Amino acid sequence: MKIRTLGRHVREGVKNLGRNGWMTFASISAVTITLLILGVFLILAMNVNHLAQTVEKQVEIRVFLDTLATPENVKEVEQNIRAIPKVESVVFIPKAEGLKQLKESMGEKAYLFDGLEKENPLPDSYVVKTKLPQDTADVAGQIKKLEFVESVNYGQGTVEKLFAATSTIRNVGIAFIVGLGFTAMFLIANTIKLTIVARRREIEIMKLVGATNWFIRWPFFVEGLLMGLLGALIPIVLLTVSYYYLLDAVYGSMPAVQLFKLLPLFPLAYQVALILAAIGAFIGIWGSLVSVRRFLRI
Amino acid sequence: MIEMFDVWKTYPNGTNALKGINVRIEKGEFVYVVGPSGAGKSTFIKLMYREEKPTKGQIFLGGFNVSRIKERQIPMVRRSIGVVFQDFKLLPTLSVYENVAFAMEVIETPPKQIRPRVMDVLGLVKLKHKAKMLPNELSGGEQQRVALARALVNNPGIIIADEPTGNLDPDTSWEIMNLFEEINQRGTTVVMATHNREIVNTMRKRVIAIEAGQIVRDEQRGEYGYED
Repeated sequence: MKIRTLGRHVREGVKNLGRNGWMTFASISAVTITLLILGVFLILAMNVNHLAQTVEKQVEIRVFLDTLATPENVKEVEQNIRAIPKVESVVFIPKAEGLKQLKESMGEKAYLFDGLEKENPLPDSYVVKTKLPQDTADVAGQIKKLEFVESVNYGQGTVEKLFAATSTIRNVGIAFIVGLGFTAMFLIANTIKLTIVARRREIEIMKLVGATNWFIRWPFFVEGLLMGLLGALIPIVLLTVSYYYLLDAVYGSMPAVQLFKLLPLFPLAYQVALILAAIGAFIGIWGSLVSVRRFLRI
Repeated sequence: MIEMFDVWKTYPNGTNALKGINVRIEKGEFVYVVGPSGAGKSTFIKLMYREEKPTKGQIFLGGFNVSRIKERQIPMVRRSIGVVFQDFKLLPTLSVYENVAFAMEVIETPPKQIRPRVMDVLGLVKLKHKAKMLPNELSGGEQQRVALARALVNNPGIIIADEPTGNLDPDTSWEIMNLFEEINQRGTTVVMATHNREIVNTMRKRVIAIEAGQIVRDEQRGEYGYED
């Protein structure tokens, strides 16, 4: 396509936005409202996902060794654990460290364990993290079979429930976003279809004098793209500002109470802006091209 | 220039609009297509500029096999034809000048060539002085002259007209007919479907009569031949 022609298409597309003022307004409003709802869910989903990841990362396997294991045996166990491909890291916790942690966890009653330092009855242990949190049970099972391993503990039962919950939340979030996206597309396609019906005659004449289909489509493409982008603008600004105030409200008033950390404003704002602009552009273009298709069959 | 071999057209609803049409129209001819309403005249016309596709048979037009061409070649065929309709089909928001220039813009004519050419054809249809007016500020005859200018502006070898005088009073119809005659004198082939017996009988051009989807008469210097 020649640059001159491209310029003509962009001019026509922009002109058409103005020419069909009310319809343009209706289309942009449809995009705006949909993307606003979509954006709220997106931010919610990203934060829930972030929470799930944080929780999942805290899952670890505690491996307790046989108290009779010699230092060589202990080394051997570590090598064997590291040999499992799904293992991310292995940290050795000697029995003295284990006792210290135990006493800390007992708080005021720590004195009960006083004097145990000399004849420490606790076993040496390892803290193992897997590359994927979902592999925890599998890896724990493999470690349990190793020689000199007395027992493994990774919060059996609880962890499985946690993973089930986080994956449900993720899937529901994705389903919701996809569903909303499609609703928006049909809404926009219909609105644009109305503007095109009004321009049916123009398209018919263009076809009759020998315009190619793409020549007819391009201005609609530009128009759809602009409507999608304009429709994304308000939700992006609104969501960014709201999220800023939300963060301010949560961390400004009660800095001590942090059940989990919300995602910081950046890069979240960039990501959301990019996603909304892309979805807006896509549904705008898709909506107008689908609508114009029917009228090209002359 | 235009040839049809055993052309049939059956619409999806089962109507047999054309049943075995064979015709040959030479370059530079002036042809009237006559016949009662619903006889298949419009279908005959529509097949030429490929608004409709024949169910069976071959159509050749200016080097294209119109019955066989691919979807994306249709614009190329239409650029070699100018089409004029009963209802003018002008864009109401564009001026006379813009309506004509539009036909050049959409086939990507370099802008420098557009203005002189548009003014030329507006001169031919004697509407240069109304170039800046909107279609609804013109009379029916003037609107049809704009439509004719638009059909001519890309220099097609063929002008196809579907009842161009159907909405016009007798005097205005004659004005339009004289323009067609003038265009034909300059070498453009004209194919016109019409119900106007006075014009057909006075002009004495070739007449093709279609009845019930078949050509029942094809005469040089023919007459309208229907009482209606």
